Amino acid sequence: MTEDIQLISLLLTPLVGMLLLALAGRWPNLREAITLITAVVLFSESLKLAADVLGGARPALTLIEMLPGLTLRLAVEPLGAVFSVISSGLWIISTLYSIGYMRGNKEKKQTRFFVCFAGAIFAAQGIALAGNMLTLFMFYEAMTLITYPLVTHHGTDHARNSARTYLGVLLGTSIAFLLSGLLATWVIAGTLDFRQGGILVGHLGATGTALLLVLYMFGIGKAALMPFHRWLPAAMVAPTPVSALLHAVAVVKAGVFTIVKVIVYIFGTDNLMSLGSADWVPVIAGFSIISASIVALRADNLKRRLAYSTVSQLSYVTLAATLLAPISIVGAIMHIAAHALGKITLFFAAGSIYTAAHKTEVSQLDGIGRRMPWTMTAFSIGALSMIGLPPAAGFVSKWYILSAAMSLEHWLAVGVLVLSTLLNAGYFLPIVWRAFFREPPSADDAHHDAHHDAHHGAHGEAPLLMVFAQTTTAAMTIGLFFYHEPVLRLARAVAGAF
Amino acid sequence: MLTQHFPALLVVVPLMAAPLIVFARRSLASWLIALLATAVTFGIAASLLAQTLSDGTISYAMGSWEAPLGIEYRIDAAGAFVAVIVAAMGLIVMPYSRVGIATEVRSEEHYLYYALMMLCLAGLLGILVTGDAFNLFVFLEVSSLATYVLIAMGRDRRALVAAYQYLLMGTIGATLYVIGVGLLYLETGTLNLADMTTRLVEVGDSRGVLAALAFITVGISLKIALFPLHLWLPNAYAYAPSPVSAFLAATATKVSIYVLMRYFFTIFGSTEVFDARATGTILLGLSLAAMFVPAVVAIFQHDMKRLLAYSSVSQIGYITLGISLDSVEGLMASAMHLFNHALTKGGLFLVLGGVVLRCGGAGFDRLAGLGQTMPVAAFAMVVGGLSLIGVPGTAGFISKWYLVSAAMHEGQWWLVGAVLASSLLAVIYVWRFVEVAYFRAPPADHPAPGEAPLSMLLPALAMIAGCVYFGIDATWSSEVAMRVAEVLMYNPGVGQ
Repeated sequence: MTEDIQLISLLLTPLVGMLLLALAGRWPNLREAITLITAVVLFSESLKLAADVLGGARPALTLIEMLPGLTLRLAVEPLGAVFSVISSGLWIISTLYSIGYMRGNKEKKQTRFFVCFAGAIFAAQGIALAGNMLTLFMFYEAMTLITYPLVTHHGTDHARNSARTYLGVLLGTSIAFLLSGLLATWVIAGTLDFRQGGILVGHLGATGTALLLVLYMFGIGKAALMPFHRWLPAAMVAPTPVSALLHAVAVVKAGVFTIVKVIVYIFGTDNLMSLGSADWVPVIAGFSIISASIVALRADNLKRRLAYSTVSQLSYVTLAATLLAPISIVGAIMHIAAHALGKITLFFAAGSIYTAAHKTEVSQLDGIGRRMPWTMTAFSIGALSMIGLPPAAGFVSKWYILSAAMSLEHWLAVGVLVLSTLLNAGYFLPIVWRAFFREPPSADDAHHDAHHDAHHGAHGEAPLLMVFAQTTTAAMTIGLFFYHEPVLRLARAVAGAF
Repeated sequence: MLTQHFPALLVVVPLMAAPLIVFARRSLASWLIALLATAVTFGIAASLLAQTLSDGTISYAMGSWEAPLGIEYRIDAAGAFVAVIVAAMGLIVMPYSRVGIATEVRSEEHYLYYALMMLCLAGLLGILVTGDAFNLFVFLEVSSLATYVLIAMGRDRRALVAAYQYLLMGTIGATLYVIGVGLLYLETGTLNLADMTTRLVEVGDSRGVLAALAFITVGISLKIALFPLHLWLPNAYAYAPSPVSAFLAATATKVSIYVLMRYFFTIFGSTEVFDARATGTILLGLSLAAMFVPAVVAIFQHDMKRLLAYSSVSQIGYITLGISLDSVEGLMASAMHLFNHALTKGGLFLVLGGVVLRCGGAGFDRLAGLGQTMPVAAFAMVVGGLSLIGVPGTAGFISKWYLVSAAMHEGQWWLVGAVLASSLLAVIYVWRFVEVAYFRAPPADHPAPGEAPLSMLLPALAMIAGCVYFGIDATWSSEVAMRVAEVLMYNPGVGQ
């Protein structure tokens, strides 16, 4: 009974938060207090749940029988606990950041913004706790729809057109592929529950399994596997806090989370390994990693560069999951956590630069590290994590993925990982170098910039809340490098080995 | 006992209400009578459904004249299911009509509106309850004639043309149907549907039967608005008064679909229709065309009523697709979508009625900025639209779920792709509305309308809420739909 309440409250908390936020729209301070309190309450509930799961508990709850034989069901397993903690924990920090950003930039429709934000977190919790594929699918679609108003926040033609891409790709892939995959699984296996070892074992031959896997891999558009990645750069039209929490953490992680979940609990790693039906996925994922990195290398717009970096990093998770070894599954889960912390830091920094200096292009960032040392230090730590260098969390996950690829003698994966590390360094380090080691543009150099500065005044650091947020996530990125024991234990429980 | 006369009362109550309303004449009195009559009718329909679900088919000899001399009324779970949809829609539209027709129908014609709605209701319910092929034709005409006049009541002068167009097409349809019935009478010597069913087996394969099947199929398809026989529908829905559009969208085509199912599965028998002839293949082809062509046309509309009308033609394709699969699962998916689509489209038209009242039209130029000016209505339209797409958590999703799994059960894997691809077209036409409502500034001459009056808003919202409710808890609706499919397919009760 208490378990039931525990599960239900993880969904109800953000839902009640949404309602109160909508009601408190007229009083910004109260509204923001409600967001913050909701986030803190949710995070503590989520931590409690993760602690229970670490202790061996597997709470489950059937909400309603939707169709005869098919229920909406919540069931927690270690992977879901990891995702729940990440999304709710980072919500607190990004709420602080959002408050600074939305006020600093005098954005309109802030109530709608905070309500939809809470809605997206609600959907993320639902995805994390889903006990079967149908429940997961419902929250997955809900997440697409509730983030639509966030992407179109500015209401401009550009926002509308980008949101068309966003919605078109995400709804299109999920209806055309994921839903057919789901229905096929239901017809073939007679169940949609998540079970250790998978539910398709013995029901489907190698070719059938491979075809079904195609539907899932491309149907989960939120994982941004090429060629269905375009929604992610399109989503960058949203205000930066949205890009930071949703399009670097909640939404995209929902995608790769679903991929890991499907590989482990629907198909079963051993089943896929023995059938050899997943052999093609690392190739596509490798292609995504490399080509997205090359696009990122050429992108001058900072957020666009970060978006393509995300496309590339998401495919790390897909690649790791489809290597199918227990240690690679661990790597995939570690990377979900590590990339979340690193990428949110990078986006926070990008938003700080925009708010303080009104700069959006990489080429404008010469010498900005002198004016915004905190921001650019945080950015550098995030970049280290993306490249996969110690002492940042990205190193740990990359280590696991690389050693899995080595021990499997999967040389393609090894090659992709090495090459992409070089490419990552190639598009992140120049930004750090520019910011700290190049002279800021002088007034004669760029009339436009001079005018720009005159207009906005000489800038310093971003608002305090934003600096605080990005420093915290940067510190966590380093913290996770030294202390990742709980995540590792949860990840091992998912992989079911060593 | 009164309950044993329920099959007759289902028709008699609204039928008798019509002349009473004409006598009453005044708008308020007519409305009260109509409201009372629909409430009673709904109660009867609901109790008939409960009865048929527990006890099976009910047979009632009209005026105690036993069939085949008299006209038998015969209702089973399938008929009662559709009757409940029709009666419920009537009950929802009536409270709505009071304000809903105030600006759209001239006040001296209000009593006519209510009287005709009663006749239309009686006709539709009669089709569902009668066990006689010719009597079915009579009720078809009763409902159709009432419908023509109701459409013509629309404020827009084009409503007259639309009504005339429907009159022509509807009459052709009814004529074809009655020719088909004549041929069947020639072959079997009976008009009683149950008798006809058993005698058709004895008659076996004959040209007469084949011709009858062809006439009846085409005739009813005209009333269904099965693509490409749908040309009357968009104009009729677009120019009729709003409550009429909502009522027709939810009921008229659905009842005709029921008739088609009845003839295909019960009377001719599915072996005759599907195995011996190419009917199934033809229906499949037309259903696929219906799912795509009108959906594309809907994308290019500039008027929300027309958009929804074309969407209806497209959604009818899903229902007939289920029929063409010739399996219990397919039929169940059809019955499910019949219910879910009535709920969704009825709700959407009701919401739209309120919007038309406030904005003075359903053209996209009038609906611009609706998200600001009428936030509740705009949001309700979006939710209904999501149900048209079939987003999980809405009724439309359940339909799609069953339709796709029925196709999979039949091994028709390519149909899966077709159904889902057509949902993507729905995404596009629904999102046209979203962008108009949320990304365009309200028109300059807009009188800052505010939401529709509660008497219109509440029934509309109730239906939209139903879309969500039946999308999350679909156990009841799917169990009933399964019973309906079994009754139609295995036909218990015939020859008893």
